[in-house]
Amino acid sequence: MKHGMDRRSFLNLGGKVIIGSVVSSTAVLLVPNSIKAADKGDNDTVNWEQVWQQQEWGFAIDTKKCIGCARCVKACKEENSVPMDEEVYRTWVERYMQKTNGQMSIESPGGGLEFTPRNEEDVTKSYFVPKLCNQCNKPPCTKVCPVGATYKTGDGVVLVDRKRCVGCGYCIQACPYGARFLHPELKVADKCTWCYHRIVKGLLPACVQVCPTGTRVFGNLADPDNPVTPILKDRIGVLKPAMGTQPRVFYRDLDQGVV
Amino acid sequence: MAGYVFPNELEVHWRLFVVIYPYITGLVAGAFIVSSLYHVFGKKELKPVFRLSLVTALSFLLVAPLPLLFHLGQPLRAFNIMWTPNPTSAMAGFGYIYGFYLIVVLLEVWFIFRQDLVKYAGETSGAARIGYNLLTLGAKDVSESTLALDRKIINALAVIGIPSAVLLHGYVGFIFGAVKANAWWSSPLQPVIFLLSAIVSGIALLALVYTVSSYFRGKKIDRECLLALNKYLWAFLLAAIVLEQLDVMQKAYESRATWPVLHALLEEAIPVTHALQIYVGAAIPLVLLLIARWNKVSFKMSYWLTSLSSLMVLIGVLSMRFNVVVGGQLVSKSSQGLTEFHPQAFAGEGVIPTIALLALPVVILAVMTRLLPPWSGEEQDVITTPEKETVVAS
Repeated sequence: MKHGMDRRSFLNLGGKVIIGSVVSSTAVLLVPNSIKAADKGDNDTVNWEQVWQQQEWGFAIDTKKCIGCARCVKACKEENSVPMDEEVYRTWVERYMQKTNGQMSIESPGGGLEFTPRNEEDVTKSYFVPKLCNQCNKPPCTKVCPVGATYKTGDGVVLVDRKRCVGCGYCIQACPYGARFLHPELKVADKCTWCYHRIVKGLLPACVQVCPTGTRVFGNLADPDNPVTPILKDRIGVLKPAMGTQPRVFYRDLDQGVV
Repeated sequence: MAGYVFPNELEVHWRLFVVIYPYITGLVAGAFIVSSLYHVFGKKELKPVFRLSLVTALSFLLVAPLPLLFHLGQPLRAFNIMWTPNPTSAMAGFGYIYGFYLIVVLLEVWFIFRQDLVKYAGETSGAARIGYNLLTLGAKDVSESTLALDRKIINALAVIGIPSAVLLHGYVGFIFGAVKANAWWSSPLQPVIFLLSAIVSGIALLALVYTVSSYFRGKKIDRECLLALNKYLWAFLLAAIVLEQLDVMQKAYESRATWPVLHALLEEAIPVTHALQIYVGAAIPLVLLLIARWNKVSFKMSYWLTSLSSLMVLIGVLSMRFNVVVGGQLVSKSSQGLTEFHPQAFAGEGVIPTIALLALPVVILAVMTRLLPPWSGEEQDVITTPEKETVVAS
């Protein structure tokens, strides 16, 4: 894939800088210990600001392509150690069914992992919508955090510092999208990071990696050949724009019934 | 309403401990306001309860942070809120506002009881003597000039205490009212509603502590004082319930996209506690309190009516806290459904530990009134009178 190569070549230039700076930052938690050990020593000169200037992550969802297989939900839970059996999700898939009586039926059993085939006659249209953290430009979650444990990185991702979070749950209340939860084992706030630990190494987020239909598209908007920009040139929508959060997950062909 | 809730909303995060936190701070703020009505606003009829109101405020204030602490996922990191506060977070103000207010109340209690402490240190012996001596902090000068200075300081503290109490509770209302994601919470009226209901609950608590403690001590109830408490309770209760209902009325009338689910919340999810808030906690007490002040009603009757109303108001305000804190979380942010709340007996901020946390300040109050009897304004020579006469006398 073209965009994958481009990111890789980009990282060849800045890879050491990025990895080194990851070590020096609060995101150090997200990096495997082996990398930490390997790059220790030359991280003092890393300038995060400089690194962030060269990348701005973008996420687009082509809603018409989603088939509701929920491989993304499973991959996300495995990749990010989110307990598989608990009702907590960094990403989930919703099924919408517009009934002939005008009612919209929405469901997301097990975050989409427990979808069962439906074949109902009174349905006029039906579609799936994947959900995840919108990494808002104006995130209400970071605003309300009493200890500054959740914050926005320079390349546009909202993260949670697990060593600082007190687990008060205010950010969970503040998120209009239901994207946050209290991690049942760690007792700290948790949410989708667009797999920050993967993207800073040039990999795709786990959900994007496993999506069999290309519904989920991810890239570096600073890279002219990224796969997200063409979608952004199409007719797109975001979730709950009236909230003023300026969400940054862009949906192509978003139906008005989507909540 | 079956509807749809986001998968992460199946569990309610702020549970019973977060319900009783604003309840307890509200009682503190309200009780303190009563002492201020006496000190700052010169309502001399409240003299019999002004010391009691401060001791009550302190007892509840000491417990106020506990439910929050136990609620945290990482209670050991609680002090992060003071070491690294986030300036844009309303919640980050808690440590400072609480700490400041605690100092103000402690100082005021100390100055008010200093003369008593010196007296007790002189009268007692053994451990009690040592204890009282320590509590005087060595300030044993009770000459008229130092007592005059004490009174000046007390007045200053009472003045500082009012905005502190208002801030302590108003900011709790802001924590809820400023969450735009939550259609049930989001309202600029929320801090005002929280403050008014706080004052209401504090006066009701004080009226009840006053009548119950007088009953058990076999002491005469001061008619003027009780009717004054009744009057303030009625006025603040009316203001509180009007604003609470105004908020709901406006939401109903505007009928935004979120109204159907809010309506379902009231009708299907919290109808019982909502009825407790409106009827038991406000409508009925408003009538009973009025009857109690009617001059054709005997003082005994007005004593019982005021006490009963106070108890009902306390239940109503607790219900209101539940309806706001838990009710707001039952509304899915999808606006398409309601989630469910199932309180447990012990685990997960269960009912029993919640009751224990609510009882703790009452125990502290009982102990504190033993160590520092706050029954001022009573003639020292009043002999225990039979209860019947106590309540009828006027």
